Amino acid sequence: MSTDTETLENFTQQEYKYGFTVDIEADQLPPGLNEEIVRAISHKKGEPEYMLEWRLKAYEKWLSMKEPEWAFLDYEPVNYQETVYYSAPKSQPQYESLDEVDPKLIETYNKLGIPLEEQKKLAGVAVDAVFDSVSIATTYRAQLEEHGVIFCSISEAVQDHPELIKKYLGSVVPYTDNFFATLNSAVFSDGTFVYVPKGVKCPLELSTYFRINAQNTGQFERTLIVADEGSYVSYLEGCTAPMRDENQLHAAVVELVALEGAHIKYSTIQNWYPGDKNGKGGIYNFVTKRGLCAGKNSKISWTQVETGSAITWKYPSCILKGDNSVGEFYSVALTNNCQQADTGTKMVHIGKNTKSTIISKGISAGVAQNSYRGLVKVMKSAEGARNFSQCDSMLMGDKCGAHTFPYIEVKNPTAQVEHEATTSKIGEDQIFYCNQRGISTEDAIGMIVHGFCKEVLNELPMEFALEARQLLSISLEGSVG
Amino acid sequence: MLRVKDLEASIEEKQILRKLNLEINPGEVHAIMGVNGSGKSTLASVLGGREEYEVDGGSVEFLGKDLLELDPEERAREGLFLAFQYPVELPGVFISYFLRTAYNSLREHRGEEPVKVREFSMLIQEKAKLLELDADLLKRSVNEGFSGGEKKRNEIFQMALLDPKLCILDETDSGLDIDALQVVARGVNTLKEQDPEKSFLLITHYQRLLNYIVPDFVHVMIDGQIVKTGGKELALELEEKGYNWVREELAAS
Repeated sequence: MSTDTETLENFTQQEYKYGFTVDIEADQLPPGLNEEIVRAISHKKGEPEYMLEWRLKAYEKWLSMKEPEWAFLDYEPVNYQETVYYSAPKSQPQYESLDEVDPKLIETYNKLGIPLEEQKKLAGVAVDAVFDSVSIATTYRAQLEEHGVIFCSISEAVQDHPELIKKYLGSVVPYTDNFFATLNSAVFSDGTFVYVPKGVKCPLELSTYFRINAQNTGQFERTLIVADEGSYVSYLEGCTAPMRDENQLHAAVVELVALEGAHIKYSTIQNWYPGDKNGKGGIYNFVTKRGLCAGKNSKISWTQVETGSAITWKYPSCILKGDNSVGEFYSVALTNNCQQADTGTKMVHIGKNTKSTIISKGISAGVAQNSYRGLVKVMKSAEGARNFSQCDSMLMGDKCGAHTFPYIEVKNPTAQVEHEATTSKIGEDQIFYCNQRGISTEDAIGMIVHGFCKEVLNELPMEFALEARQLLSISLEGSVG
Repeated sequence: MLRVKDLEASIEEKQILRKLNLEINPGEVHAIMGVNGSGKSTLASVLGGREEYEVDGGSVEFLGKDLLELDPEERAREGLFLAFQYPVELPGVFISYFLRTAYNSLREHRGEEPVKVREFSMLIQEKAKLLELDADLLKRSVNEGFSGGEKKRNEIFQMALLDPKLCILDETDSGLDIDALQVVARGVNTLKEQDPEKSFLLITHYQRLLNYIVPDFVHVMIDGQIVKTGGKELALELEEKGYNWVREELAAS
């Protein structure tokens, strides 16, 4: 008994494989936040006046806000005056091909096992790589343009598509929304903009790899995806970051807008540096992600595999405004060592016959804490709304924790809301059974965890399902003595 | 093949096996019978390498190696197979994937390349047919939602696939109806015919399994020891007279 428990407890200390930094001359602003910094960011990006005004309003609002404390998280407070709010690789990138890109960047991607050159060949995947705060290489743009799909950095969109930005930026997550989203609105550095026109099925999976590189640099990504009537787009966000001692702040905002009959599928693989096994370092990940099913029969699906970050605070949500609209949330959150995650979703039913599904799988190992927090809200107008929630937790060893905080508010009597929750311990019997067939304990745990997460992994685009499986195994590797 | 000498084992400080001795040669079928709590299943678990059990003394040699020095997965790779009394469920883990991982770990141990997916798929179809196993079961998660009989058949199926040298069947007959029992027994007999060098250790409560799988030796286990050994007729005698006479005989000597 004791030996097996030890085995599980030992199932923890794998060095972070992506821990390295690349020495690139960075153009960065001094640390700290004030109106001058906000102006400087806007100026550096050569933004039009409307954008600067928006940032300044957000900054003003942020000054009056307090950092939220309700999450089941315990961390050293962030010193916002010591954070750097803008950092860009100095060799400003306007490249036609990868050959022109700083070879050190390419080297970085190679180390990550996601070389752009291979990705270019990867059928059906366009890559908009964000290295620190500025987009450096965009592929497949021409092919997308043929279909009228806009896929560019948000900075470019601010310049080139002001009408769309003015209409949709902040329309789902207003600049007043919450402490972190408001901070992001004031200082966002770059991110991705996607617009899919009416009736167009985006011919490629769109994908962005984010990477935090320059030391002490907060990352404030801003993503906006608009799917016009009857269109479809699948977007994947995947991340790895190099090793750091200091905690790094990350406060991203993602907004999705699905008009009538549109479908947006948004998948995330998040693998930022989780800190060392004693909880030193690691990324603070405070993210606001929200999708608006604005039109009838629209659909938004969030799929996330979260294995990184020291602290995760993240609730990808759906506002189901259009009648018959559908919201889905599929999540795997894995916490090991000293990682803490408080993650879940909000499903707000406004339209008639709206439907939502929540499948959440939490895995805890080491001394990690893993919480599911979810809100299902059915408004008075949401005649015939339906929700199904399933939250399963798996514990490895007996020093970690799993918690579930479901909130249900129903204001329409015709609504049907179902919630199921289970907690299981990865069984010594299960591991012995695998061992007895010649399977190593490490492989056995990987297999059992994959089995546990299958419903979620199945939702990922094919190209990335394998990567997600590997990531789950890597994140738990080395915990076997 | 297997030589167990003066084996002593305990769980949570409670001694279960007391100087147990057993020798199995290639091609032999042994049956160990005994009442509940006599230590039969403990023997299977200790041989399999379950960590909850503490080995306090004695030795076990398997194919010239010190078995007790090996991890459970190494024992399996050396050719020791344990068909479980209560096979566990692995939700979401497809049988075919599970088996291919197991099969490849055995191949790797022998210095062979991993099997090709298509080749493996044909192999499992063939073995499933041999064991009269519904091929649809192979599309499901390991043991999830299986009936008792399906679970036991799945154990024998895995045994056929992994092709071990020594097969230990821990109360495989318990909870099986007569049809399922016959299917399992036919499977075992087929494997034996295909490889006359394969050895079997059947752990059972009842004689009825031994009607279908005929043992070369029958051992009676009482209080963690093998106290009497005989041929297949000993099983019939036990069936008829129960275990008490063995106990009495033992006390008298």
